Amino acid sequence: MFAIPFRAVFAYLIFQTFGFAQTDGMASIIGGRYVPLYGQDTSLVEVQDFELDTYPVTNGQFLQFLKDNPKWQKSNVLKLYADENYLRQFKNDTTLNDTENPNSPVTHVSWFAAKAYCECQGKRLPTIDEWEYVAMADEVTGDARKKASYNQKILSWYETPRSDERSIGQTPKNYWGVYDLHGLVWEWTLDFNSVLISGESRKDVDKDSNLFCGSAAIGATDLMNYAAFMRYAFRGSIKARYSIKNLGFRCAKNSKETL
Amino acid sequence: MKPYLVVLIISLALAACKNHDSGTVVKDVAYHCPMQCEGNKTYGQKGSCPICKMDLVKVENKRKEKAIRPYSDMSIYNLPSTWTTQNGTDIQLKDLQGDVLVMVMIYTSCKAACPRLVADMRNIEERLPEHSKKNVKMIFVSIDPETDTPERLKAFAQENLMDGEPWLFLRSTEENTREFAAVLSVSYKEISPMDFSHSNIISVFDPNGEMIFQQEGLGVNSDNTIEHINAAVEAM
Repeated sequence: MFAIPFRAVFAYLIFQTFGFAQTDGMASIIGGRYVPLYGQDTSLVEVQDFELDTYPVTNGQFLQFLKDNPKWQKSNVLKLYADENYLRQFKNDTTLNDTENPNSPVTHVSWFAAKAYCECQGKRLPTIDEWEYVAMADEVTGDARKKASYNQKILSWYETPRSDERSIGQTPKNYWGVYDLHGLVWEWTLDFNSVLISGESRKDVDKDSNLFCGSAAIGATDLMNYAAFMRYAFRGSIKARYSIKNLGFRCAKNSKETL
Repeated sequence: MKPYLVVLIISLALAACKNHDSGTVVKDVAYHCPMQCEGNKTYGQKGSCPICKMDLVKVENKRKEKAIRPYSDMSIYNLPSTWTTQNGTDIQLKDLQGDVLVMVMIYTSCKAACPRLVADMRNIEERLPEHSKKNVKMIFVSIDPETDTPERLKAFAQENLMDGEPWLFLRSTEENTREFAAVLSVSYKEISPMDFSHSNIISVFDPNGEMIFQQEGLGVNSDNTIEHINAAVEAM
């Protein structure tokens, strides 16, 4: 075992240090400023450079994670971390139902499980601001929110049933080289619980100032972006242990340069 | 072994998947002499007293009866995060096991809702019967760990005459705070470096760390909250 030549080890260490500038399966996102749907009315949100998984995590990938981390298997998972719908597409701890496509995005995962998966890969979940920043692109433009076709496509997907059963990578690659942000499933974000709107989404203008301190400062800045409005409303309505049929995730990580 | 191999092995070990499994925690076990030859001195291993040679006896944990009970899947004592108190002590939530916990998430520089939440907490505590008070901890968890250092929490506790039992102030990392908020279904968002928007929710946990009640809103009637606290204390 002592036969490993010094040069090979040296090369490995160099790779450790510099080789991860872009990780396999991740797209490099160049940061920028934009006005998200929700946020402080007047100011821009700044997103730092980061990397985002090109595809959502699949059933097959999640299965491997379950094999490596038995405590996240459905018979072992703490109820604190996942509700009773957790991994409903699994026959047992490590077998998918026969009807399930291993190449479909994994769903029925709680926020805790998604977060643990990413941490296990040395990654993290993207923040809402990061996710929305990449998701406002279409195939050719970084910010396509003003285009009618952009909104129309997303909304028509929202009307399509059972889109979570499709395979990943079938939708067109966006401006950043990322697939499936729209078209298959909705995705967990690290700070999904930073959305402060009351239970009833129609009440977003009439803030429940008793439940939320400072809620008057938060409101929709671009109601034209109805699809984004739906996403924020959805995030505001879910809890971290929920496991939902059309909610999956992908991971992100900081760019090496920003570390 | 050649030094570079050591570096390689360490670096490979670090590259492996971080395992969060806490497993069974082996608590420090201490032994003391039944004759107390050296006063309250305890020893790390079984054996005999160096003075009188009597067999050493295991020191019993005073709160054993409460502390040893296993907690369920839904207990917040499963959370592995470490929290720092206003006194600079690091604790895990499971260290609080055995008391009824009343928790609220605030930040000390808050001018709007938090003073009212503090008042609500004080009001709840004042209305508890004496025998309940001894078994209840009233806990503030900071959503702004960057500003709310232990020193800051200490000052806030003193200003509000809450520096002592049953009051406790906690802070952790941003990540642990986000996770804890997720467990409590509390939403919060930084609006500016000095200002947060957050849900006003007071949560009650039974001695095993399971959430039994949440009071939502500001200045609401606390009767129901107090009933739940008292019931949980009675059931102990």
